[in-house]
Amino acid sequence: MTALEPHLPILQVLAPLFGALITAFMSRGIRAWVVASIAAWAAAAIAGLLLIRVIMIQEPISYVMGNWGVPWGIEYRVDMLNGFVVFFVTLVAAVLMPYARRSVAREILPHQQAWFYTMYLLCLTGLLGITVTGDAFNVFVFLEISSLSTYALIALGQNRRALLAAYQYLIVGTIGATFYVIGVGLLFLVTGSLNLHDISGLLVDAYAIYPRPVLTALAFMIAGISLKLALFPLHLWLPNAYAYAPSTAAAFLAGTATKVAVYLLIRILFSVFGLSLVFRGLPIAEVLLILSGAAMVIASIAAVFERNAKKMLAYSSVAQIGYITLGIGFANQSGLTGSIVHLLNHAVTKTTLFMCLGAIAYRAEGMRLSSLAGIGRKMPITSGAFVLAGLSIIGVPGTAGFISKWYLALGAIEDGYWPLVFLIVASSLIAVIYIGRFVEVAYFREPCKEVADAYEPPSSMILPILLLAAATVYFGIDTRASGDIAAAAAAALLGGLAQ
Amino acid sequence: MNGFAAPETLIAAALVIPIAAAALIPAFFRAPNLRETVTLTAAAALAFVVWNLAPYIASGARPTLHVFSVAPSLDLSFTVEPLGMLFALVAGTLWIVNSIYSIGYMRGHNEPRQTSFYVCFAVALSAAMGIAFAGNLFTLFIFYELLTLSTYPLVTHKATPEAMNGGRVYLMLLIGTSMVLLLPAIVITGVLAGTLDFVPGGILDGKTTPLVLSLLLGLFMFGIGKAALMPFHRWLPSAMVAPTPVSALLHAVAVVKAGVFCVLKVVVYVFGIETLVQADASWWLIWIASFTVIAASLVAMRQDNLKARLAYSTVSQLSYIVLGAGLATAASVSGGAMHIAMHAVGKITLFFCAGAIYVAHHKTEVSQLDGIGRLMPVTMGAFLIGALSIIGLPPLGGTWSKLFLMLGALDAGYMIAAVVFMVSSLLNIAYLLPIAARAFFKPLPGAVEGKKVAIAEAPLACQIAITISAAACIVLFFAAQPIADFASSIELGTTHAESAAAPTPTVNGARSNGP
Repeated sequence: MTALEPHLPILQVLAPLFGALITAFMSRGIRAWVVASIAAWAAAAIAGLLLIRVIMIQEPISYVMGNWGVPWGIEYRVDMLNGFVVFFVTLVAAVLMPYARRSVAREILPHQQAWFYTMYLLCLTGLLGITVTGDAFNVFVFLEISSLSTYALIALGQNRRALLAAYQYLIVGTIGATFYVIGVGLLFLVTGSLNLHDISGLLVDAYAIYPRPVLTALAFMIAGISLKLALFPLHLWLPNAYAYAPSTAAAFLAGTATKVAVYLLIRILFSVFGLSLVFRGLPIAEVLLILSGAAMVIASIAAVFERNAKKMLAYSSVAQIGYITLGIGFANQSGLTGSIVHLLNHAVTKTTLFMCLGAIAYRAEGMRLSSLAGIGRKMPITSGAFVLAGLSIIGVPGTAGFISKWYLALGAIEDGYWPLVFLIVASSLIAVIYIGRFVEVAYFREPCKEVADAYEPPSSMILPILLLAAATVYFGIDTRASGDIAAAAAAALLGGLAQ
Repeated sequence: MNGFAAPETLIAAALVIPIAAAALIPAFFRAPNLRETVTLTAAAALAFVVWNLAPYIASGARPTLHVFSVAPSLDLSFTVEPLGMLFALVAGTLWIVNSIYSIGYMRGHNEPRQTSFYVCFAVALSAAMGIAFAGNLFTLFIFYELLTLSTYPLVTHKATPEAMNGGRVYLMLLIGTSMVLLLPAIVITGVLAGTLDFVPGGILDGKTTPLVLSLLLGLFMFGIGKAALMPFHRWLPSAMVAPTPVSALLHAVAVVKAGVFCVLKVVVYVFGIETLVQADASWWLIWIASFTVIAASLVAMRQDNLKARLAYSTVSQLSYIVLGAGLATAASVSGGAMHIAMHAVGKITLFFCAGAIYVAHHKTEVSQLDGIGRLMPVTMGAFLIGALSIIGLPPLGGTWSKLFLMLGALDAGYMIAAVVFMVSSLLNIAYLLPIAARAFFKPLPGAVEGKKVAIAEAPLACQIAITISAAACIVLFFAAQPIADFASSIELGTTHAESAAAPTPTVNGARSNGP
């Protein structure tokens, strides 16, 4: 154990990668599932150890690949922020595994099931790689790994529209990744380095000599990452992708993919370019605030008018991402804490919601809201979990969503953005409407023919749902694990920089 | 002063007993008698607990139960003070009466889904206790929202399109005001004052300008939608689609009184009445509350549906208490606190009667009640007593709280408020007494002159509950002193607190800061 301990950062990425290599050679879904489960849980265990270590030693863990020194070799660098992100990403991936077996067996053709688990693990590999690596180009490599596997995951959906959704995302994702790598290239030209930590030190001087290339790099990177994180109005790929992907994939992507992209944005803005460059000279904060506000209101309204339950949740995701980027725009302690804690809170909440819909899809036909009539009586536990997680989306006190909103509201007031407080709560109010629509359909209508024979899914699906539903309440009541780490991460991002 | 348990334990018990009942009730869904036994036992236990807690509070103790911290400055903690104690006593005691009534009503009416009905009811009671004992704004807000959410299934119990529409209005207005106005108000208070705790005398003294204080008060007063201040009162008539026991306990007692309780609590323990008076921040509230009192009474006169009339009457009576808070004097705050109890008992009686009429004769409109007093003498007799208490005539409980509120109005130098109270009493007479008159003096349609009609009352359980609550209206007139003492022992944190603590404030001490 102790011999492996220094190598935790690389093991974090290797665990799912090797899992994927093994599952790629398997033909039977059930065996691939066993391997994938082991890999996902191993990744979660490693992430837990990593996070504990970071908290204990109170400074970033640096791991240099093949002992090539910084900045020539690739460095993996884990601090409070990405330790936190890695932890909840692996946790979501691991908790989904028991759920995945039955759902995948039903939704995906037998000869493709092993492929599904391969893509699932590769996607996890990519997301974890983006998060732990400290190398700008390495980020791009992992970005491509996660994106390519995501396209495949989406395309495995039952509905033929899944192919179109995957194609849409392919185009947009490729543009995003290209933009990102253009930014990296420009940064390399002006600083001669690819190490993120190193670049941040060199950038001040480089900006003095080459201001335009640096700003261009910043612009390309922000635009590229914004496509990946579905910042309004660059979110158009997201609703279809979530709606037509297999249920397990949708739950996984909703909880992790956009969160990791947001992490990358935070890293680039705060750790690499730094507050003084990003927020003093350019109107980036204002742009972020405006787009976030638009996301919170417009995407929420879109969710209200959406007829497909999965798409409704997808629009809700766009709105919730708006909350996260809003806090980034505030760029103060409370706001950034709210953003980081909402990464976790929204991951847990939205994964629960998509898992509930997946469980419903397992027993009933159709994802239109109207075809879910009466589901509350047929599947009371699943529907109950959905409503509970829905309360967290609304931000009812006692749920995780409230904690995020509390910090964001404090952040808004600290910077004197009083009207935005009302925008935050107005968005919550719209969430009441779309969650309320589900409640009315599920509980007050007579069961329709699509759900006539539905009953609770097997316990391998119910238990993970209940676990995450309990987590949405837990993180609303005890914030030592979420809020305190997020606050520490935010303090490090804001304090460790030349103001 | 040796109770049977430490006050901290009693606080926890008051919160846990209803929740435990809610967890236990579904286990007996096949055995309705056992299920109702659970409800009644829990109600009795809760009443026992709150009545045991009351002596501690009366003797000046302020027990605090700190549960844990959710985040920095967000603590889940409970502190009991006289105002909250009074609210808890009212809600806890009436739960027993209401449970007896519910059993008669729900069975007499063969309502579906009775198990979930009793579960939600118990959760709502727990939320009411949480509001009563909340030690800070955050805790208050949690239970405030829990109360809304747990009563939503009760409002929509009938699951008809009408019930769904009522439920929508109910949810959107209550959640809407609390999210959009109350939550920002709490956040702003937290930022300005650096704390969310309830402190006698308030936490905002000297923290901000009078203008901001006024605006903040506005956010709070309209944000506490449960107080039904116009224009956010529409949810209360909408909630009347619920079964009558819900209207009785929740929409005459627990939910609406939670609203006005929050109003008083915020005014006394967050703003502080002295701070409010110095900043002259509440003058607009006096006008809006006055308007609500009169306007809602006028609307009530035009309602033919009995429950709708009672609902608008409640809107009007709630604003008495808001007005008491806005006047911000010792007497008006005590009067407001007393009115929580007095109006609760009177109005629950009226709702019980409305439900009894519905169960026994399926009549919902006032115009259908000709001569019904001959069929239901107990019910309509109780209705008359309840109505007279609401109007505020001796020898009924409602007299005292109106008196105190009037004194408070004079004390604050707002003649207009005193006039409003008087005009409103006249309007009460105009919309409540004709119902009783119609029931007793008009001939019963279809009855043969001179022939005795057979009495057809509601189920026995309903009659028992009605009799108890009507009797309580009378008892409260003669036993008002303990309540008055309780209400006047609310710490106002004012410099002249000692003089203000006297139960009968003098008119001579009138302030001269009228409009």
